[in-house]
Amino acid sequence: MTVIKMTAAEVARKVIENKELFILDVRNKDAFEDWKIEGHSFDYLNIPYFDLLDGVDEILPKLPTDKDVLVVCAKEGSSLMVAEMVSEAGSDVFYLEGGMKSWSSYLEPIKVGDLTGGGELYQFVRLGKGCLSYMVISEGEAAIIDAVRFTGVFTNFAKEKNVDIKNVFDTHLHADHISGGRHIAEATGATYYLPPKDAEEVVFNYTPLEDGLTVKIGASQIEVGALYSPGHTIGSTSFIVDGKYVLTGDILFIDSIGRPDLAGLAEDWVGDLRETLYRRYRELAEDLIVLPAHFMIIDEINEDGTVAKRLGDLFAENHGLNIESEEEFRHTVTENLPPQPNAYEQIRQVNMGKITPENEEQTEMEIGPNRCAVR
Amino acid sequence: MEVNQVLDAKGLACPMPIVRTKKAMDTLESGQVLEVQVTDKGALADLTAWSAAAGHTLLEHKEEADVLTFYIKKA
Repeated sequence: MTVIKMTAAEVARKVIENKELFILDVRNKDAFEDWKIEGHSFDYLNIPYFDLLDGVDEILPKLPTDKDVLVVCAKEGSSLMVAEMVSEAGSDVFYLEGGMKSWSSYLEPIKVGDLTGGGELYQFVRLGKGCLSYMVISEGEAAIIDAVRFTGVFTNFAKEKNVDIKNVFDTHLHADHISGGRHIAEATGATYYLPPKDAEEVVFNYTPLEDGLTVKIGASQIEVGALYSPGHTIGSTSFIVDGKYVLTGDILFIDSIGRPDLAGLAEDWVGDLRETLYRRYRELAEDLIVLPAHFMIIDEINEDGTVAKRLGDLFAENHGLNIESEEEFRHTVTENLPPQPNAYEQIRQVNMGKITPENEEQTEMEIGPNRCAVR
Repeated sequence: MEVNQVLDAKGLACPMPIVRTKKAMDTLESGQVLEVQVTDKGALADLTAWSAAAGHTLLEHKEEADVLTFYIKKA
């Protein structure tokens, strides 16, 4: 029978459309337990490829015949080898083109909603890594918030939409993934904004992103307004878009809140995080739709593939917004934290412009889940 | 350390370093040592896990100038 290639884009459609898929992950056990392709209706079998060198007879009875079987490995080579063995045994089988590297890189643009006067807001969902980037489009102009490093995805999308990228923002200095913001700005002549308190060590020029800054997108009324909201980092800034959406960066997620320790100052910043989540955000309209910079678990993804929820609902449902005692809050966000993201210190150095690793090395740094949250 | 065989798997991508290592191991006697040289970074975790699963002993590994060298004693 045949071996068929499946692309990361095709897997992404299956996640978003809630399709069934059986994943035979042939990476080693640690890698699988740490990070895998998540889908609401996916089933899994993890057997390292090196346990299958003598044949796949043992696992054949465990592979379903009523749904697609996708073999996955880190880069592609091992999955192709195992897929060929399974196919020789008589089954049709898929392998993931480019492996988990390609899955980690794939971005799916999804429209979040319409804005005043014909504008649009798009969320770019990086399913493999849980990163969310945004593009606000209005009257021939675009603003991008928290772009990941695959800059071509954003510049091509802008071209398709026939808009010029004028403003590029990062809500904070990222520690889990490499920002594409500065490079998009350089390539397009756009203004690149970064919160100055996060940018003390950066070695490039930027425009300070200050509290209360308002930028108009296009000639009409669509405004992107900055709201200083420290806690994940000291500079962390949120955006209010068109009076309808609040982009919370890594401060507030759908089912969790930001962690204050990735720049090494958890104890110092826990008070800021508390102030932002329990006072500054409380002053906002509850009907604003929260759009975070990450998701951690598949349940945070809506049926249409977006990651978005009404602020008022989060006040009611998000555990991190409902810890009454300040002491307990401090304990929750500074102790028993999940492991830190892969290579987070190096990633911060890249985002400061201090080191410029090659593309391959950047891919390695970003392997694994984002781990920016406390639940 | 006495090395009985050297396997040059430099430049090979996954899964070939392990495929070659397994083939080389099959030709050795119990207690003999295989030296494996690879450049694929993923080999570190995979060779370690494979050795453990197969019962072989990973005596030592080192990294010099982008080349990972492993010394594996056959079970």
